[in-house]
Amino acid sequence: MSQTVKSSGMGSTYAVYGAILAIAVVQVIVAVSMGPSLWRMLALAVIQAYLAVMFFMHLRDEKPTLRLALIPGTLFVLVMMNMIWADSFRLAVMKPFAK
Amino acid sequence: MSSVDVAIEPAVAAPAIHSGGVVMEERPFGIPSSKLVMWLFIISDACTFGAVLFAYGYIRNSAADWPQVFEAASIWNSLLMTFILVSTSLTVLFAVRAAQAEDRAGAFRWTMITAAGGLLFTLLHIREWLNLIGQGARLFQNPWGAPMFGAAFFSITGLHMAHVVGGVVALVVVGLSYKAGRYTARHIEIWALYWHFVDLVWMFVVPLVYLLNMKR
Repeated sequence: MSQTVKSSGMGSTYAVYGAILAIAVVQVIVAVSMGPSLWRMLALAVIQAYLAVMFFMHLRDEKPTLRLALIPGTLFVLVMMNMIWADSFRLAVMKPFAK
Repeated sequence: MSSVDVAIEPAVAAPAIHSGGVVMEERPFGIPSSKLVMWLFIISDACTFGAVLFAYGYIRNSAADWPQVFEAASIWNSLLMTFILVSTSLTVLFAVRAAQAEDRAGAFRWTMITAAGGLLFTLLHIREWLNLIGQGARLFQNPWGAPMFGAAFFSITGLHMAHVVGGVVALVVVGLSYKAGRYTARHIEIWALYWHFVDLVWMFVVPLVYLLNMKR
């Protein structure tokens, strides 16, 4: 276990730290200048999350079996939650005086 | 228990390791069970946060007059909070490295710095809450529009803040116990994983809750 932290080295850690902060600033700039589009915001957040999971949490240094056990199942649950959107838009249409 | 009972698989099926004269199957994920438990907790908690954010999206979509309330000061505050939380992810990594090098004083120092960062983050967040409450935001009413805005904002950020406070308490306990020699570097590494997860959740809260509801 201890080798997982050491093998990555701190150089990449500093780079990831800087990249995550830079993306956070870019998010604000994009939101202010272009408007806070859901997809733009989400895409940048996913990049940040990927960097954090792979480098800060060192998942990239773990065995592939662990990545296989954790990632697809979690993504499956999160993707299946998208079923709610159709119903939420139906409510907007049925609501009196809705736009 | 005989040695036959615990020899789960024959040596030909997978490389076996010998522990105390007992032949055991190799760990399938190559990590200690305590670390695996933390990973399992993290993915279940990720689904919890996912569900809360989806629920927020649902009521936001179904409301005709969802308020856009966050002014520049709130956005700057959220950016400062991001800087603090991401920086604590770095300091907790320093703590892990120090603990792995058997530097007990260094590991304790970095763990406490991380906990202090978490505390500062919480104070900034409470200031943000008080600011909104001062403007009239409540759980089920506000002066701007859809009454569920308060419920969504306070429940998402409150759940995250509860995780930060829980992490601060855990880091203090683990840091003190590690310094006293009761805990090992593994304990710090496992709680560092949790702390990174708290950081990760914030990366979604800022754009989805703050930036999407920015005053324009």
